[in-house]
Amino acid sequence: MHLHDFWFLLIAVLWTGYFFLEGFDFGIGVLTKLLARDRTERRVLINTIGPVWDGNEVWLITAAGATFAAFPDWYATLFSGFYLPLLAILVCLIVRGVAFEYRHKRSGERWQRNWEHAIFWCSLLPAFLWGVVFANIVRGVPIGPDKNFTGTLADLFGPYALLGGLLTLVLFTFHGAVFAALKTVGDIRDRARSRATVLGMTSGVLAVAFLGWTQIESGNGRSLPALIVSLAALAAALVMNHYGREGWAFACSGVAVAAAFALVFLALFPDVMPSSANPAWSLTAASAASSPYTLKIMTWVAVPMTPLIIGYQAWTYWVFRKRIGTQHIPAPAAH
Amino acid sequence: MNLALAPETLARWQFGITTVYHFLFVPLTISLAAITAGLETAWVRTGKDKYFHATKFWGKLFLINIAMGVVTGIVQEFQFGMNWSDYSRFVGDVFGAPLAMEALLAFFFESTFIGLWIFGWDKLPKKIHCACIWIVAVGTLLSSYFILAANSWMQHPIGYAVDKATGKAHLTDIWAVLTQNTTLVVVFHTLTAAFLTGGAFIVGIASFHLWRAKRKQLRGEELGEKQRNQVGAMRASLRTGLVVAVIAGLGTAVSGDELGKVMFEQQPMKMAAAEALWETKAPAPFSVFAVGDVSKGHNSVEIEIPGLLSFLAHNNFSEAVPGINDIAAREAAQYGGKPEDYIPSIFMTFWGFRLMIGFGMTSFVAALIGLWTTRKKFWLAPEYRTGENEVPRLMLTKNREMSPFFTTWSWRIGILTMGFPLIANSFGWIFTEMGRQPWGVYGLMKTADAVSPGVSQAEVLTSMGVFTLLYGVLAVVEVKLLVKYGKAGPDTDEKPPAKDPRLRLPSGGAAEHPEDADKPMTFAY
Ligand code: HDD
Ligand code: HEM
Ligand code: HEM
Repeated sequence: MHLHDFWFLLIAVLWTGYFFLEGFDFGIGVLTKLLARDRTERRVLINTIGPVWDGNEVWLITAAGATFAAFPDWYATLFSGFYLPLLAILVCLIVRGVAFEYRHKRSGERWQRNWEHAIFWCSLLPAFLWGVVFANIVRGVPIGPDKNFTGTLADLFGPYALLGGLLTLVLFTFHGAVFAALKTVGDIRDRARSRATVLGMTSGVLAVAFLGWTQIESGNGRSLPALIVSLAALAAALVMNHYGREGWAFACSGVAVAAAFALVFLALFPDVMPSSANPAWSLTAASAASSPYTLKIMTWVAVPMTPLIIGYQAWTYWVFRKRIGTQHIPAPAAH
Repeated sequence: MNLALAPETLARWQFGITTVYHFLFVPLTISLAAITAGLETAWVRTGKDKYFHATKFWGKLFLINIAMGVVTGIVQEFQFGMNWSDYSRFVGDVFGAPLAMEALLAFFFESTFIGLWIFGWDKLPKKIHCACIWIVAVGTLLSSYFILAANSWMQHPIGYAVDKATGKAHLTDIWAVLTQNTTLVVVFHTLTAAFLTGGAFIVGIASFHLWRAKRKQLRGEELGEKQRNQVGAMRASLRTGLVVAVIAGLGTAVSGDELGKVMFEQQPMKMAAAEALWETKAPAPFSVFAVGDVSKGHNSVEIEIPGLLSFLAHNNFSEAVPGINDIAAREAAQYGGKPEDYIPSIFMTFWGFRLMIGFGMTSFVAALIGLWTTRKKFWLAPEYRTGENEVPRLMLTKNREMSPFFTTWSWRIGILTMGFPLIANSFGWIFTEMGRQPWGVYGLMKTADAVSPGVSQAEVLTSMGVFTLLYGVLAVVEVKLLVKYGKAGPDTDEKPPAKDPRLRLPSGGAAEHPEDADKPMTFAY
């Protein structure tokens, strides 16, 4: 394997890891309105991800940083081409992060309500927009001979991309509902499970439509197994959720998310940004890559660090493994 | 085309606004992380409540601050691709590596262990909990190091070659990038400046509390139990802050001097601009202050220290220092174009340099005086010594307290100067980055060639408007929270965790500890 192929794989792993983790984070954010009935229940949901959301977000920072280092052209074309959607995502991530940290710092009704609205919208919008972004990447956007995006904003919001956005939104929310069922006790846990059923079935329909479309239009023999795994995992998650095997259900919804993105990356390879204007102008893993020396250095850093990171992040989840319910939420601070 | 709206002008404004904003939070994050870690260690080792309360208190302010540091950092990373795509294509091979290392080696540690620290008070044994904040603190240092290595490469490219076929820079020696003297001195200078910032911040808030308590006593009122404990925690914090500010201030000056010498060698234009030294002079004076337009090439009123600039540049008082005109002519001959293309904004560099030193060093001097006047025992008559939970008397000499007027003003200065190093940091960076212009990467790539060609003016205007507005609102929110929590002071009624929780339960979960099953979390969002 060429080093740049290996790095394509690693970048795919980083993005997929990001969506596996922040996927349920975003889902929890959306569920603060879809599932929680009152402020205490909203706090239960928020606190299921409290200790971990920041660590989850670093997968994005790393994915972007590694793309910059390993495939400068990919990074440059993607980030300048998708300027406005990325701006919206950035704004949401800023507001959302601050909302988690600041919401409980004052007890005023309006203060808390505003931050809660912020958590909902700023989870929903990126969950949708990331789907739009990746749908466009795999399908190809107009890229000129100088490697720059030449399309308009409207080009990014065709039916295929909108369907992709809808899929990530609903799928992440499903993933979040399964996570909520795994991490809570009491009434909210039962409701999380029944919400998960509805969300899971909707995701199933959307997944068949979008992933099928992707497979037919851009897919190949390599990507077909990912399609099958994703749909099978989604079905398995629904079954496990139905029987109350929440740990298994979460593992399966995670596999469904991961396999959906695996499909995207497998369909993409060996391109990284196909050009819809002229296939000769597509960026490929080979043409967009950094020099072998840089890739070698980065391999030396990434290969030992990635398992270590996964190790200590897993340990965090283990430390906070206890389920929480409304009884565990302390009274709002008195200041 | 209207020059004011040249694409790079917009992109530079946006980058400047967002980066200066990011760097308002960074120095406090770096220093408060380490100071909180130190305080928690003191608590773990001595078991004294005042250290526990100080840890909680500064930790809270640290968290309010780091939240903004984190979210604004993501913008920084995205911006290279969004606004400077030609730059990213040209240098990604070199510049991306430290950035990715930063994420893998530093950000993951910080963000994961900060979550453990925030939520882990009742989940982790004391020592492990304390280790978490140390990991965060080390992570902040590492992230500074890698990003500054990337920035130093822009100031002084090294360890690369430009590929003939693609015209792009590619890395040939990562070690040179990570250990060149520019990187090392810049890291040293930036970190010491960060600790000066944190020290002054702590001194300011502690002064506020101590002065409030003192005023109450002066009015003849008794301090309650709670306020006495707060005074204890704040007194310990004040001394910590003063010591940090003095040591860091000294380090900032020493490293700044070193940095000046590195820059004379590597970017002579920047230092000549910082001095508004238009003509080469030997010996060259240091201009303390100038009235009139420094960008006109001669100053109407000026206070100079003869020979000092020669000393700053070369360690002797008489050697020649090249002036702006000569350097500009040289660069024009080397790179083409007119000499004036190579002159950065003299106004900004000249004043940025002075404001950096002026604001930062004022805090250092204030801390030095504070350290002396609040001393505990040394050269103090016994009747003037104060107990652990008392407001220190301000003493210049052995047995006379400062007059009420000077006492009042001493405490006030402690409060008023608490933000000075923050201002100094911003001007330091504005000086550094604007002094490098017109170069994005010194000698290799001009800023004008670095912008994203495909991004329209409307898009950049949109993002700039959105960021400015959002950042403005968030600044108000953050300052209000800092003021609120800073004024409230440590919650000295809070009891430290009595016994260490068991980290390893038989199979996890609450079932094995039925008595704890419904206990509320000690911390929740
Ligand atoms: C509290 C803040 C603070 C204080 C008191 C000082 N500095 Fe500074 N300075 C910074 C904060 C700073 C900074 C913001 O951190 C910079 C920006 C880039 C850098 O490396 O550090 C900086 C940059 C910077 C540079 C430019 C580096 C470059 O362009 O690469 C020089 C030459 C100095 N400083 C020199 C000094 C001297 C001689 C000081 C006085 C004694 C001094 N600084 C005090
Ligand atoms: C323009 C270049 C910069 C970029 C691309 C950048 C990137 C980032 C990113 C992505 C984060 C969020 C990390 C997280 O989620 O944990 C962050 C936070 C932070 N950055 Fe920056 N940064 C820049 C400038 C700087 C500088 C110059 C320093 C220090 C000297 C610095 C130090 C920090 C620190 C201490 C934090 C907060 C703690 C944390 O990392 O979580 N940054 N930065
Ligand atoms: C955190 C402290 C920093 C501040 C306050 C800062 C400030 C600025 C400012 C004000 C500009 C605009 C320059 C102009 O208008 O003339 C700028 C440009 C720039 N800086 Fe920095 N900067 C910082 C750190 C960094 C770091 C660490 C990097 C790299 C990792 C960096 C990379 C750049 C780039 C790419 C530009 C835009 C193009 C250019 O002017 O070359 N900056 N910065």
